[in-house]
Amino acid sequence: MAKALVVDDSKTIRNVLERTLREMGYEVRQAEDGRRALEVLESEAGEFTLALVDWNMPVMNGLEFIQAVRSDRRWAGLPLMMVTTETQIEQMRTALEAGANDYVMKPFTDDIIRDKLKLLEIWR
Amino acid sequence: MAGQTETFTTGGGRAADLTAENYRFLQEHLYKASGIILEPDRNHLLEVRLLPLLREQKLVSLNDLCALLRATRDPVVSRHVVEAMTTNETLFFRDAHPFQALKNELLPALVELHKDTRKLSFWSAACATGQEAYSLSILLLEMGLADWNVQILGTDLNQQVVEKARAARYSQLEVNRGLPAQYLVKYFTRQGQDWELKPEVKRFTRFETFDLRSSMAHLGPFDFVFCRNVLIYFDVPTKRQILEGIRGTLFRGGHLLLGSAETTIHLDNQFRPRSIGSSVFYQAP
Repeated sequence: MAKALVVDDSKTIRNVLERTLREMGYEVRQAEDGRRALEVLESEAGEFTLALVDWNMPVMNGLEFIQAVRSDRRWAGLPLMMVTTETQIEQMRTALEAGANDYVMKPFTDDIIRDKLKLLEIWR
Repeated sequence: MAGQTETFTTGGGRAADLTAENYRFLQEHLYKASGIILEPDRNHLLEVRLLPLLREQKLVSLNDLCALLRATRDPVVSRHVVEAMTTNETLFFRDAHPFQALKNELLPALVELHKDTRKLSFWSAACATGQEAYSLSILLLEMGLADWNVQILGTDLNQQVVEKARAARYSQLEVNRGLPAQYLVKYFTRQGQDWELKPEVKRFTRFETFDLRSSMAHLGPFDFVFCRNVLIYFDVPTKRQILEGIRGTLFRGGHLLLGSAETTIHLDNQFRPRSIGSSVFYQAP
């Protein structure tokens, strides 16, 4: 079964994303910030097939998390999608250049997440 | 007025009150004006789609709307009814798979075929708000065809959506769906809360109102036609007529893409179904 990591400091958002991903057949793990997310990746190395990541989080933000993931060879191929309230083109460009594969602006719907993931899966 | 608003917000009972005679009247009105068949028991759809028009016209019920149409034959109200019922949701790179097949197989073949003239022409029939035509335009730019003579015609029966397609301006919700972020960053500019396509993407496109039941003799020839999720609304003779018309607009060997629930089989046997990846395209003789 495909396994996804949901990283967001809002429990509500984590649960909403987890429900959508479970409906799509993913097994889901949650983390409340980038540091914790790295620990989860470490503890289950090589098993994740997707991570959805918020930008603004305490301890380690989403951009720092993406940079950390991309600088580690073990996770070079892990598809990363940012899901954030940041909606400026420059921020989007920064996230993509850091290694995000795609970007969803909040607020989102289940359909948006599903469509984006389908596209990510087909076009990668 | 407050009472009317409350009635419509709570909603449900109004369409249920629609008389059988008025339901038939709206069915016939839609069929005559657009060829679209409204199936029985679609009261809820009528209510959802026509509620904004009822509010705009300060009407209380769908029965009132029928009375107004019968009494005045007002062409503007009449058109708005058809437009409200025919507006279809769309999104960038809808269904993804056909665009993948276009990108990997059909477009490279077309580029090779037309390398001397450097000319390509496409038709997005029933283009709605333009996302299909612009998705194609983006794909062609990504293939390095900015200096080719590319024409993408987008048509729709609905004047309002054609105007929106021409404006090439989309809400955050619309660009969030289906559009890869790298294309958003590359081909759009931010306009307040909205996102607008850059001139280079718009340059290939032209949008017009067009009824698919009309003669298509003046259209084309096209290398490729999109006509997705439209035929399902028509009866069999109209489907046949539209498919024959589209076949006539295609170059020899040109392709048609239908919606995933649609086919030419048993309707127009001159098209040859061709599977590419997870999608089926219909090739003209």
